[in-house]
Amino acid sequence: MKATAARRWTGALRSPLGITAAVLLAAVVLLAVVAPLIWSGRADAVQSAEILQGPSSAHPVGTDLLGRDILARVLVATRLSVGLALLATAIGVTAGLLLGTANVLLGRWIGRWVGTLINIAVAFPSLLLALFFAVIFGVGAKGAVLAIGFATAPGFARLTQTMAATVSGRDFIAAARVAGIGRMRILVRHVLPNIAEPLIVSATMAAGSALLAFASLSFLGLGVQAPSYDWGRLLGEGLAQIYVHPAGALAAGVAVVLAAMAFNLSGEAVARAIGLRSAQTGRRTEHTYEPPPADPEPDGPDQPLLAVENLHVTFPAAGGPVTPVRGVSLSVRRGEAIGIVGESGSGKSLTALAIAQLIEHPGRVRAERLEFLGTDLREKADHRRLLGTSLSMVFQDPMTSLNPTQRVGRQLAEVVREHQGADRRTAWRRAVDRLAAVRIPSAERRAKQLPHEFSGGMRQRAMIGMGVMANPQLIIADEPTTALDVTVQRQVLQLIANIRAAERVGLLFISHDVTVVGQVCERVLVMYAGRIVEDLPTDALLHDARHPYTRALVAAVPDMTTDRNAPLAVIPGRPPDPHDLPAGCPYAPRCLLATDRCRREDPALTTYAIGRRVACWHADQAPAAIPDNRTTVPDDDKTDDPIAAPLGGERP
Amino acid sequence: MRELTFEDVTVRFGSRRSGTVAVDGVDLVVPAGRIVGLVGESGSGKSTLARAAVGLAPLAAGRILLDGQPITGLRTRPLQMIFQDPYSALDPRMSIGASIAEAMPRGTGDKRAEVGRLLELVGLAADRAGARPDELSGGQRQRVALARALSGKPEVIVADEITSALDVSIQGAVLNAVRDLQRRMRLTMLFISHNLAVVRYVSDIVAVMRQGRIVEYGPVDEVLLDPQHEYTRELLAAVPRPGVPLGT
Repeated sequence: MKATAARRWTGALRSPLGITAAVLLAAVVLLAVVAPLIWSGRADAVQSAEILQGPSSAHPVGTDLLGRDILARVLVATRLSVGLALLATAIGVTAGLLLGTANVLLGRWIGRWVGTLINIAVAFPSLLLALFFAVIFGVGAKGAVLAIGFATAPGFARLTQTMAATVSGRDFIAAARVAGIGRMRILVRHVLPNIAEPLIVSATMAAGSALLAFASLSFLGLGVQAPSYDWGRLLGEGLAQIYVHPAGALAAGVAVVLAAMAFNLSGEAVARAIGLRSAQTGRRTEHTYEPPPADPEPDGPDQPLLAVENLHVTFPAAGGPVTPVRGVSLSVRRGEAIGIVGESGSGKSLTALAIAQLIEHPGRVRAERLEFLGTDLREKADHRRLLGTSLSMVFQDPMTSLNPTQRVGRQLAEVVREHQGADRRTAWRRAVDRLAAVRIPSAERRAKQLPHEFSGGMRQRAMIGMGVMANPQLIIADEPTTALDVTVQRQVLQLIANIRAAERVGLLFISHDVTVVGQVCERVLVMYAGRIVEDLPTDALLHDARHPYTRALVAAVPDMTTDRNAPLAVIPGRPPDPHDLPAGCPYAPRCLLATDRCRREDPALTTYAIGRRVACWHADQAPAAIPDNRTTVPDDDKTDDPIAAPLGGERP
Repeated sequence: MRELTFEDVTVRFGSRRSGTVAVDGVDLVVPAGRIVGLVGESGSGKSTLARAAVGLAPLAAGRILLDGQPITGLRTRPLQMIFQDPYSALDPRMSIGASIAEAMPRGTGDKRAEVGRLLELVGLAADRAGARPDELSGGQRQRVALARALSGKPEVIVADEITSALDVSIQGAVLNAVRDLQRRMRLTMLFISHNLAVVRYVSDIVAVMRQGRIVEYGPVDEVLLDPQHEYTRELLAAVPRPGVPLGT
């Protein structure tokens, strides 16, 4: 953790931006410290013989009205200019932090009033505030510092408030409150560390702006007063002679620009260094390792709806490309329901997206065969029409898949208007008809409503309705019921099953839940680490799976028949990192049956019976080695199910 | 080992006139040393009830008692809560050891040794105390959250959907840890989940919640084998069972 952070910072320092920022900032700070010590005598020496001279070897940018060396004065002014700007920033940041954290520290009620105060204060421009403070404190450096400080504060307070509110909503703050930790300690220990980085960046940027603002105030005569001088004053003095000695006026201007740039670029560099966090942490060696090719599924008598062979999905990453889907082969026939089961990161959703041609650049899809309804999807052609009418996708989150600003009916109608050129009225009628088909009550009225007026289950049904607007041949459902309650889940599953049965539609059903897949599908593909490790009929899933992973997965899920007195089966370890896959079977490190061969050679997905494939060297030993936790229920006698029995009539 | 009692608890969000009632006059007893599973669908008010128990949601009416004592009168609440999202439950800037130590009551002797002991208790190596949350998997984080809850020496633990954000292979390990610890330490526990199978596996008693009210309450076998309320029957019928046809 520390090492990667250090690497991130050195990386940011070595970039051109980082180098420029560091050099500029170092120069500004060095000058601020050293310049007055070296050049103050020269800067203050009045030489009446050398008034208003142009650049010469003695005075590189000339002299001012009193014959003082302008360059020396600009250099000496660094300390005052930068110092005042930093002071103003410090005032602004402190005030901003106090106001912004009021919500955390003083409770919601006071926090709300402070929030209102901030909202009002944000509206005032800094110059107005400066004039206001000038009236109170008198014209001078003190007034200007306070003015710029308090002008910075509201923006900073707003930022702090927003970020603190985000962090405060997280569970670890609630946990700390439950543990009885005081508000002050919550703020210091949990809130501030988590918002510190963006605040530092913003403070650095604010210092740059404060420098500019201060220069403007001094230039206007509202800032530093004679005999002190900062860059703004020097700029003002030089301006009178700009047509005679442009260099004299420009020197101070250049100094302001460079110093402000030093602060802003540093802020930018810090932001980049922080922003890099989510990217690759550390360099990994690139694995271009290929699993052995899977046995293709034998072609049946009729042509499959969808045929996929050796599908790969690759994404570029800082440490070399990663391939989360590695050689998936599957086919879906008319009216067939196939489930893909796997844990998060197994590549199941990416497989679905790749089939629907929804992998965006820079992701890359390649396959030996990718055919839908006989059309090769790998060809560079416009498949939108084909996919738009014959393939429909249902996603997990029905709230984000519908446009919240458009009426539901119109969104459904758009499908047929776009792909079949239907006129508005026909399209609308079809939309209402489809909404009725997915059992949305009073479809005519509901079609005119916006998505937020629908419940979660209704939205998902509307999405399915949209999917069947244009008689699809294949429905790909990616965790369609994960966000739904069980009773609603059942309705949605029934709906999908009915559509499939009525119109002989193929279904590719993706889920992490073996029980749901077991209920909806006829055949299950189990995915692990980007490939299919087992392909089996659903009725074999519970008791007759051959891959140790499938067996462990099934055993790990409690269902309504699980033995309550035995501990649940667990799978030790965690899934492999797609950046760093082991050489042999990817499941070997977690597998009870793993031998040296498993760690060396990756088993191919091989057919061992009709309609059954498995990728394991020890498939024959798995059933004995990994028992299922189910109390065995004979397939033909479901009434042994202790839950089902009393429900008799209730159960379908 | 204490008994947690909700007496006519009402929680309201928003104003009295236009707000919504999330929990509506709930009476619920969590007997000492038992696990009560609270099931219900989203929006039924089960999480709000949990947050009310630990003081994160203000009560509009009713009271919450611990062994007959109103909970608000107690100086330190012997209640701890475990949250749903393991990625949000731990401070990413703190080592897990520091997170666990934070909840310890004042005067705990050797905090480091205690952190190690708690980590071992939930099945993590004691030397992982210096690890940051981002080095851990979701299941490991959830076990750290469990250790943190235990470090407050609670007598009652409220667990809110603690496995619903986890992968199934990890869920088992967390459920095992919960059950094992509860049995060893005789904790009183309110275990909230929308997953009936999980609640059935973990709990002794089940309470079914709907629209802010408890509609059924009883020993887990009785409620699941012989549900009295129509809504409970509906919930049970909706539990997916592989190989059983869906019906239409």
